[in-house]
Amino acid sequence: MNISRRWIEGFLRQPIDPVDAAARLGMLGAPVDAIEAVGAELAPFVVGLVTEVRPHPSADKLQVTTVDDGSGESFQVVCGAPNVAAGTKYPFARLGTTMPGGMVIERRKLRGEVSEGMLCSARELGLGDDHDGILALDTDAAPGTGMLEVLGLGDHMLVVDVTPNRPDLFGHKGVARELAIAYGIPFRLPDVANLADVDLPTPTRYADEAVVGGVRLAITDRAGCGRFLAATIRGVSVGPSPEWLVERLKAVGMRAINNVVDVTNYLMLELNQPMHAYDAATIAGPAVIVRAARPGEPLTTLDGVSRTLSEGTLVIADAERVIGIAGVMGGAATEVTDTTRDIFLECAWFEPLRVRAARRSVNLSTDASQRFERGTDRWGAVDAFRRAIRMLIGVAGGTLDGNAVDCFPAPSHAPRIFLRPSRIAQVLGIELKWTEIERCLVAIGATVVSKPEDGRIAVDVPGWRPDITSEIDLVEEVARIHGYDNIPTELRPFRPAARRDDAAWTMMEQLRTGAASLGLSEVMTLPMVTTTSDTAPRILNPLSADHGRLREAILPALVRQVETNCHAMTRDVRLFEIGTVFTRAGAGERPTETTNLAFAVTGARHPAHWSRGGEVADWDGWDARWLFERLLALAHPGAVVQVGGGHWLALGTEGGTVGWCGALEADTPPWAGAVFGGEISADPSTRAAVRFEPLPHHPAVTRDLALLLGVDRHATEILALLAQRGARFALEHSTVVDEYRGQGLPDGKRSVAYRLTFRALDRTLTDTEVDQATARLVQMLERELDVTLRTS
Amino acid sequence: MADPLGLSGLRARLAAISTLDLPALEAEEIGVLGRKQGELNARLKLLSSLPVEQRREAGAALNTLKQEFEAAFEARRTELAGTTRASRAQATDPTMPGRADWVGTRHPVSEVTAEIVEIFRGLGFSVALGPEVEDEELNFLALNFPEDHPAMDMHDTLYLDPEGSTPGAGGKLLLRTHTSPVQIRVMRSGPPPYRVVIPGTVYRNDPFDPSHAPAFTQIEGLAVDRGITFVDLKATLTHFAERFLGPDTRVRFRPSFFPFTEPSAEMDVGCLLCGGGGCGACKGTGWMEILGCGMVHEQVLRNVDLDPEEWTGWAFGMGPQRIAMLRYGLPDIRLLYGGDMRFLTQFGALTP
Repeated sequence: MNISRRWIEGFLRQPIDPVDAAARLGMLGAPVDAIEAVGAELAPFVVGLVTEVRPHPSADKLQVTTVDDGSGESFQVVCGAPNVAAGTKYPFARLGTTMPGGMVIERRKLRGEVSEGMLCSARELGLGDDHDGILALDTDAAPGTGMLEVLGLGDHMLVVDVTPNRPDLFGHKGVARELAIAYGIPFRLPDVANLADVDLPTPTRYADEAVVGGVRLAITDRAGCGRFLAATIRGVSVGPSPEWLVERLKAVGMRAINNVVDVTNYLMLELNQPMHAYDAATIAGPAVIVRAARPGEPLTTLDGVSRTLSEGTLVIADAERVIGIAGVMGGAATEVTDTTRDIFLECAWFEPLRVRAARRSVNLSTDASQRFERGTDRWGAVDAFRRAIRMLIGVAGGTLDGNAVDCFPAPSHAPRIFLRPSRIAQVLGIELKWTEIERCLVAIGATVVSKPEDGRIAVDVPGWRPDITSEIDLVEEVARIHGYDNIPTELRPFRPAARRDDAAWTMMEQLRTGAASLGLSEVMTLPMVTTTSDTAPRILNPLSADHGRLREAILPALVRQVETNCHAMTRDVRLFEIGTVFTRAGAGERPTETTNLAFAVTGARHPAHWSRGGEVADWDGWDARWLFERLLALAHPGAVVQVGGGHWLALGTEGGTVGWCGALEADTPPWAGAVFGGEISADPSTRAAVRFEPLPHHPAVTRDLALLLGVDRHATEILALLAQRGARFALEHSTVVDEYRGQGLPDGKRSVAYRLTFRALDRTLTDTEVDQATARLVQMLERELDVTLRTS
Repeated sequence: MADPLGLSGLRARLAAISTLDLPALEAEEIGVLGRKQGELNARLKLLSSLPVEQRREAGAALNTLKQEFEAAFEARRTELAGTTRASRAQATDPTMPGRADWVGTRHPVSEVTAEIVEIFRGLGFSVALGPEVEDEELNFLALNFPEDHPAMDMHDTLYLDPEGSTPGAGGKLLLRTHTSPVQIRVMRSGPPPYRVVIPGTVYRNDPFDPSHAPAFTQIEGLAVDRGITFVDLKATLTHFAERFLGPDTRVRFRPSFFPFTEPSAEMDVGCLLCGGGGCGACKGTGWMEILGCGMVHEQVLRNVDLDPEEWTGWAFGMGPQRIAMLRYGLPDIRLLYGGDMRFLTQFGALTP
């Protein structure tokens, strides 16, 4: 909401500093996003008094003047205007002033005479088209006074961020009320120059039907329209608004249209009550009916767009057709134009949900719909309406045809709420005196109707605060006006909740630390992706086709980031991400959500070091496998790595695949290294508790074996069998230490060297024992896995 | 003094020892003290040929000289050993760089999130998580968003494609717009007291711009018990700010509006960049908005079957992306969604 400083000053009857006012509004819950100076282009101009005028020695049309600009010095200024006269004040541009057109005033010679500044015309200041001569000022202001001050044009626009619960702040009156609270001063409606002093009886009250100035008014959709005030004003002359009204609207960024429309806009901005003026001559019937639209009814709105209304939209209609969307926008056919003589003025209360529905159905948000949607003051509408009639007649002339009417189908009062001071203490944690509570409530415009009785007070809520519907709303208002700053900040004892951290969080934190300790850098990519997979859940209203589905896997995004790094000429990339992945469950069902860990590496496996001449090998599959196993141990304990489909696969304890790792395809330049990566679905549930194992007291003995394996025999099969059967031979551990392929081996064989570590817990093994055990194990391997001991 | 053994001739060699290098020293040691060819032993043999009355004096002189030689050799050897160590050290340059390995990093947002979680864990909160796909009931209605109210416009929502199905009892499925549905889940999971902190990803239908992203991290907290008041809210969050940003951090609370809290507030801290004097980052106010908070709305408590006359609570929510941007001076939120190694390795290195 744009708020004019001068408008507010009209309410407060005193000047305010816009920066200070903004800070105070913020502390009351209405933060100011920006403060813009209005008329700033006039700021450098000052009042200049011409003390002397003499003819230019060498130019007939020019004169040489002496100007007093209040600085104590006098300046010689050459002037071409015929109306320049000694003893008169004019707008003066000192040396260095930038004109609205961008020209900078400099010291120069005009036909041989020095000129030190410029006396300005209205047009030169951007104040109008009058270029008959320089602008003679009829002012008492001393030379040197700023032109903004003299013309009364300077203003500030405060852009107030209005929260959805505060419709009253969409009017200057609401903001003025807040500032009156902040400054502790009274406020009342500003004086308006053109307020007609007409005899204006209270509008005649009707239920849902009335006649006003020959126009029949009917509310047939009573749920949609709670109140409708109307007047017929005849004999108006539509034309430009007076200057002050134009300036008021301009100061908050609204364009002046004509005096009738400007008055309705003025009142909307002042009192948060949108109104609409119809050209009465264009209303068929003449009748104005508030009803629900029938299917497919057409309307061309004021913005010139032809619209087809959906059934049930709350509309204003005449005897023949729809002439406006209630609370959103009027129709072009009944628009007030320069030739309009008679006006039908509407000031209504529409049901917020109906206006919201209409606004959405025609996809048209307006100043009016914004206000009706949040709730206008149905009880305060009368005052706004009467002010509107007075202003309208004041600026456009005309007379009321008959008394104004007030259709109020179900008359009501603003709600009454009971407030317990004990509840204030329970929620705010402070005991407030009754007088302070009353001060706070009165400040927001509430009426406190009784002293505390039975521990509670009755409060009549102001009509402009539809957000206040229950006691807690009043508690908040008391806290707000009392000031959050005045509530103490003291740590009081609390009960900690005996609740364990979610295991998934603990696991994710361990994974982050673990992955980072392996040299990987964490990224957080968007979970919305583009994919051809049909099992990825689809978003109904995506930002773009690129973000049309939820990710089923993280790794593709990491590969894209590897490629992006290559574009930045970064060759060494090590990334990981931990996040949620989604799998479609079925139409209308919640997708399955899993926490995944993905990683991708490329480039050098270590930073280069001078001890190796700067040479470093690139990451290879064996490095990737190690990363995979380390991360698997953290993310999915108990899972084992197997080979399948050209990758390493992780099999979970339940048997399913819980991760994979391998070489990745990436669109990288020739200088880039191979890319490896993997993805693991993390499982927070399977974390076995660590149990201490006693440290051995006896030494271990090792034996190395070189075995000839068939090329399709996996080295791990030997390890698996040794692990399975080795215990009774005191075999503690075995590992692969070397592999050889090539000359000297039988066809179709390779040699793999194993190191076997034997240890007994209760004694030191003898060489003989270990030799015998080794021989037995070799026999077993030869028998069961078709391997032979390599002898040469 | 008589010198029947000619010992004075050896005095010059004794003096020269301090100039010898290691091989010459070893040769000289053999030459002087050696059992077979040593000069002193040769003199010792001459001793028996001297007249008896001279033997005693000459023998003592010989013995003294021997001790002097031994001391000189020892001194020179020690001296040379020191020199050798020094010259050996000169062969390697200890200023050469050490052997490095890659240093991994945590994401600035996960770092900030974890820091916030840790502070609240220390205040008796525990971590709760929830799903990212929610329904309208949990994301909006249970949290007191009135149906079809302008408050909904604060959250531009991404919905899941229903694929022709009709919504279930909880309404349409959507990507949660805040972590607050987890508050409802926690409060429905068992009786109070509750004291939880809720980190997680949330979604909005906001296109990327320098300060908005369609998915971002949020962290919320909830405390519900008998006797909890606005004083507890202010005190706990002020304490948090002092722990997170430093003990001298200035804090203020401003009224605000959220459907699920009442009274509601925004917490500002003294501008992290200018310290309060006013700069572009704080729009000249000297303050920066850091989190939203408030007393849990009565209706929210009723929605989880808690009597607001008995139970009260407070809640807060903040955005780690925004805090990371303020803390590290990031000009654009989009940096946080990329994988540029030059960016990532600036933050959260595990080594000092």
